[in-house]
Amino acid sequence: MSPDRELRVSKIRNGTVIDHITGGQSLNVLAILGIDGSEEFSVSIGMNVPSDRLGHKDILKVEGRELSQSEVDVLSLIAPEATINIVRDYEVVEKNRVERPTEVVGVLSCPNRNCISNDDEPVETRFAVMADGVRCDYCSEILRDRLAEHIDV
Amino acid sequence: MRQDHLITATQLSRPDIEAVLDRAREIDESREAFEQRYSGSVLALCFFEPSTRTKMSFETAAKRLGAETIDMGSVESSSVKKGESLADTVRVIEGYADALVLRHPSEGSAKMASEFVDVPVINAGDGAGQHPSQTLLDLHTIRERHGLDDLTIGIMGDLKYGRTVHSLASALTNFDANQHFISPESLQLPRSVRFDLHEAGAQVREHTEIETILPELDVLYVTRIQRERFPDENEYHEIAGEYRIDADTLSAAREDLTVMHPLPRVDEIAADVDETDHARYFEQAHNGVPVRMALLDMLLGGGSE
Ligand SMILES: [Zn+2]
Repeated sequence: MSPDRELRVSKIRNGTVIDHITGGQSLNVLAILGIDGSEEFSVSIGMNVPSDRLGHKDILKVEGRELSQSEVDVLSLIAPEATINIVRDYEVVEKNRVERPTEVVGVLSCPNRNCISNDDEPVETRFAVMADGVRCDYCSEILRDRLAEHIDV
Repeated sequence: MRQDHLITATQLSRPDIEAVLDRAREIDESREAFEQRYSGSVLALCFFEPSTRTKMSFETAAKRLGAETIDMGSVESSSVKKGESLADTVRVIEGYADALVLRHPSEGSAKMASEFVDVPVINAGDGAGQHPSQTLLDLHTIRERHGLDDLTIGIMGDLKYGRTVHSLASALTNFDANQHFISPESLQLPRSVRFDLHEAGAQVREHTEIETILPELDVLYVTRIQRERFPDENEYHEIAGEYRIDADTLSAAREDLTVMHPLPRVDEIAADVDETDHARYFEQAHNGVPVRMALLDMLLGGGSE
């Protein structure tokens, strides 16, 4: 078994496996989760792994960490096809597809530099989630691509 | 109106618009009946960027209703310069006034302000965003002349940063209006406005020159192309010159074409147009008072009766 193959199939004991991440987005997913490698738990990343469904996909295995709903919400914006497998004692006990939320609060920054949410005001950014993007609740700016560049974590 | 605030024109339904315009017509016809209706009320004019006309128009409207107005003085001398947040400013002023009129350079400022106060907030221009009270007076002007259905309107100039254009285009989707947008490519409608028009199923066409569409128009709404949008002075002059009309240009127009402009104009409408029957921009500006009286009446009065 090659080391590469082993990485892809190695099992975790407790934690989360996020599969079917849009190819190349796994580092952004880690950023959303606030994981930068300084934590105690181990993280495995597979990038651009061949996938029947997506062509190429990323896969993340995070030992000892489960995801909150707000993390899953944001994840859905940059990896709409992702599946989230909760693993306990080496077994997948829950397998969920991400669901798009109706809004995301305090996570994305508005690309409109003249938006009040970018001023020094005591408000969180708020975006309505549309079929193919998100829209700022304050200035109505629409953000369709490169959402990950506007993740404000 | 169903709302407590007037933030964007997209929130306005056809019945909302008609209720305000009907009230404005009523006020026009019997001003005395409204004269002291709001004595004892205070309207705060929070202008974070200068706008003599809009401010005076609201001020006059309030005074004709018998209400007092307060304002912040010049932005330079106010606490804004000392770094106070807008959220704090409006929360303080809320304690003094029954409603706030807000003009601010940032998009979304009126929306944010409305989340911090319980009194009605009227957006009097938020950056390049929206200017819905202007739209109501624009619609009043159009309605008195042509009605609001079966209308072909051309909107020309700076469509990208023109907040009056964004509000007007949205509001017109409530009516049977063909909208033609005439601008240089660099100043076309922003994506968010296009999206709203598309969602509303509006009939919209875009042009880079006025000549092709002019003969079809009932209304031509002209806006100013701002010099500061162009890094190069020559480029500005070249472009601005192409979006300028004079009496000669209008010889190709329908006899009953109405020419409008939110004012101030610089030279996009030549002075010789003023003498023609097409010119309605001063009347349009005057309509600001009854329309804003109607708006204040409905917001201060707590909804339609
Ligand atoms: Zn925004």
